[in-house]
Amino acid sequence: MSSPHPYIPATDADRALMLERIGAAKLDDLFDDLPDSLRDPEIALPPALTEPELIALLSERAADNAAPSRPSFLGAGAYRRSVPSVVSHLISRSEFVTAYTPYQPEISQGTLQSGFEFQSVVCELTGMDVANVGLYDVASATAEACLMAARATKRGAVAVLEPIHPGTVDVVRTYGRGPGLRIDSIASPDAVGEGHACLVVQQPDFLGAILDLEPFAEAAHDVGTLLVTVADPFALGLLRAPGDAGADIVTGEGRDLAGATAFGGPSLGLFAARSQFLRQMPGRIVGRTREVAGREGREPRTGYVLTLQAREQFIRRERATSNISTAQALIGLAFTIAVQALGPQGLRASAELCYQRAHDTARRVAAIPGFDVPERGPWFQEFLVRGPLPAQRLAGELSARGITPGLDVSHRAEPETADALLCSVTEATPDSHVDALINALTEIGAQA
Amino acid sequence: MSGYLPVAEDFGSRLSFDRGEPGRRAVDVPSWNGAASPLLDAHLLRDSLRLPEMSQGELVRYYTALSTRNYGIDSGTYPLGSCTMKLNPKVNDLIASLPGFADAHPLAREEDMQGTLRSLLELRDGLAEITGLPAVSLAPAAGAQGEFAGVLMITAALEDRGELQQRRRVLVPDSAHGTNPATAAMAGFQVTQIPTADDGSLDRATIERELDETVAGVMVTVPNTLGLWERGIEEVAELIHDAGAYLYADGANLNAIMGRVRYGDLGFDVAHLNLHKSFSTPHGGGGPGAGPVCCSEELAPYLPTPILERCDDGVVRLAAPERSIGKVQQFHGNVGVLLRAYAYMRALGLEGLRAVSGQAVLNANYLRALLHGHYELPYDRPVLHEVVFSGSRQRREHGVRTYDIAKRLIDHGFHPPTVYFPLIVEEALMIEPTETEPPEAIEALAAALIAIAQESAADPDALHAAPTTAPVGRLDETNAARRPVLRWQPPESSALSG
Repeated sequence: MSSPHPYIPATDADRALMLERIGAAKLDDLFDDLPDSLRDPEIALPPALTEPELIALLSERAADNAAPSRPSFLGAGAYRRSVPSVVSHLISRSEFVTAYTPYQPEISQGTLQSGFEFQSVVCELTGMDVANVGLYDVASATAEACLMAARATKRGAVAVLEPIHPGTVDVVRTYGRGPGLRIDSIASPDAVGEGHACLVVQQPDFLGAILDLEPFAEAAHDVGTLLVTVADPFALGLLRAPGDAGADIVTGEGRDLAGATAFGGPSLGLFAARSQFLRQMPGRIVGRTREVAGREGREPRTGYVLTLQAREQFIRRERATSNISTAQALIGLAFTIAVQALGPQGLRASAELCYQRAHDTARRVAAIPGFDVPERGPWFQEFLVRGPLPAQRLAGELSARGITPGLDVSHRAEPETADALLCSVTEATPDSHVDALINALTEIGAQA
Repeated sequence: MSGYLPVAEDFGSRLSFDRGEPGRRAVDVPSWNGAASPLLDAHLLRDSLRLPEMSQGELVRYYTALSTRNYGIDSGTYPLGSCTMKLNPKVNDLIASLPGFADAHPLAREEDMQGTLRSLLELRDGLAEITGLPAVSLAPAAGAQGEFAGVLMITAALEDRGELQQRRRVLVPDSAHGTNPATAAMAGFQVTQIPTADDGSLDRATIERELDETVAGVMVTVPNTLGLWERGIEEVAELIHDAGAYLYADGANLNAIMGRVRYGDLGFDVAHLNLHKSFSTPHGGGGPGAGPVCCSEELAPYLPTPILERCDDGVVRLAAPERSIGKVQQFHGNVGVLLRAYAYMRALGLEGLRAVSGQAVLNANYLRALLHGHYELPYDRPVLHEVVFSGSRQRREHGVRTYDIAKRLIDHGFHPPTVYFPLIVEEALMIEPTETEPPEAIEALAAALIAIAQESAADPDALHAAPTTAPVGRLDETNAARRPVLRWQPPESSALSG
């Protein structure tokens, strides 16, 4: 008389008593409403594993991936970051991990107050008035920003400034299918026109360059177009807040600062805007309030609730600002703790360390005979590397030497990307990895 | 309740920003000892950044205190209807955090990522078997995004059939999750609501009347949000197909039927799953989740990118379906969540998954039997994974609302069920115990709800005042929305209004 599985406590004896109480002869009778001819089909699944077998199997699988300790210069939207150790410790508290969306605020103050902290941190970094508690990832957040801009301006097209992450544009295009948004890829702000709900620019751009956002804001605002800035929140430790430069909506990706790159996800979409768009925003928003009544003669205490929910799907249904429900709350908590652990000086210092290490690496690469790093103005953590071989072969040579190369961008339109790898160096790139890259490129250059 | 750390102060009044002292920090950053490059021009740089300055100990204590002001499935029974709050097996977290998985770069060469990609492929194959829908994309980050992808796939298929201009309507039952109509609208459709019949199933006559050449699809939750089997759904599927429309399954309630009946066999064309519900991945206070979309061969060419492919060389690769609706994520979805779900599937196997659905349904019916007569049961027939009671009698006779009952349940140590949903049940209490609660826990929950029903007659004011044992009492939600304070501001400045 045992339970069927460690995850299912009821034993055979329990089941017999429960069935008796219900008045059912056997468990299968509870499914009598299901169509007979379709019940209990053949289903092919691998056999069940015990916990030790499961750990053994998946440890082998994890080891089948290339060792994460291997030198890597891949960035292009996902960056290795130095994440304070308190982050994984604190977000592992099971009261955070195993809670649902905070529908009962009295016993969800941990999630809610953390959400308020998150909104505050995002507003400080972006220079925006209001933020939500996060969306799925930077690309879907940017797509939601475009939909919001289209609603706010009643315009049917958006302009996207290249170079921008291709994955972001792909998702904007997918989300644009609903309202039939036209997506115009543009190379200069001069191409922004009165038909555009918003101009989307990435900061730093897809090839690593830092933009002066102010002229873009002016060009957009001149024709009644909103400026959406897709900003790297880590770089914002150093860079001027987009809101101070005229952005109307700021999105970003919080995953890397929060923890692991994790093959892309769990990710974390940041979404912040000027206050006039508050009631148009997608996603959950936490607000501060007080108890309805004080207890035992005390003043009512402060608490936090989900608010402005008349925007949301479970109330507004087909008239909601978005269909989003579950988002990425736990990653938002990790992001908040990481930023607060670093603090204002630490975040700035970490961003500067990233900048210095990347620039030093670029200088050393450019000094290798046969290699150059095309000049693209001020930049942050990514640079183009051109060598004596076509990009694909250069990447192959680096892989053969145990180094994960930067992204091959040689197919892109910008002239400087011809034969180029887009390489990323961050504050978390060990010196030994940079040395390995320099040695490998020197060797490849000598053989070419 | 005993689990919450008592704090004397008005804890919520002081954020991290109000704690610590200038000059403190939780972690040091290495200094750069190489050649220094000139920093950027001043107009590109930030001149200030307002963030808390806390020592490591202060930061750790602040967030630890916050965690104790939360209730999770690890704290106790969490019978939130339609959310499937079941045990989150700890081994799954361990697996997802293995460095080979956690530190993988999304643009790494596929040849270097076979450990992850093979696991995802096997998850995909398992989901296809479990749903009876042969093609799957794991990309959507949550149920609502899976829905959005699924409805866009219908759009794309109709476009290829040349019928998108005429088929502008999606039919959605009045018992549906709010995400269904919101998704249909986001995908550009008009929503027509279908009423629920007296037995709790879709009203067949209305469906037959509404089905015409203007209908693109019908979105149905199976089992539905009343916890009931959608009787005759396989016949409705035929009617829908005869009318040239598609049938969409909201898979939020898959937990009830895993291993027992399949969406594909019932005639559904496309379905999304919520792996953070049925497949036990932790909900994290509002995500991350994962919302794979599964479909028929006919709709497979339209799946969101990427899908997985085992190539002739044996390598598993990411691929774009021929007529894909496009990407829904910058990269490949919430892979860490998908790995947890894969581990869950491997830990259970088919017999285990059948035991899951069997016990989930038995537990819901057990609770239904224990509470029968104490609360109104508007749809009084055997249920599947959840049961929807109504507090209408308590409201009518004692002036006690479901809201009060839910708040009082907190004082008994439980997380309240879902309330006021589905919308078609007055004063709804939607209770989903899940298979991971032992019978003693279900009996204790029932005893608490019965005590509250008795208390609603004897001392309704006690219910109006609940909860009294939570970290905070009832909060003023009206004022929160009327005068929004949505971020920290320095003490001297006034709060932001929206």
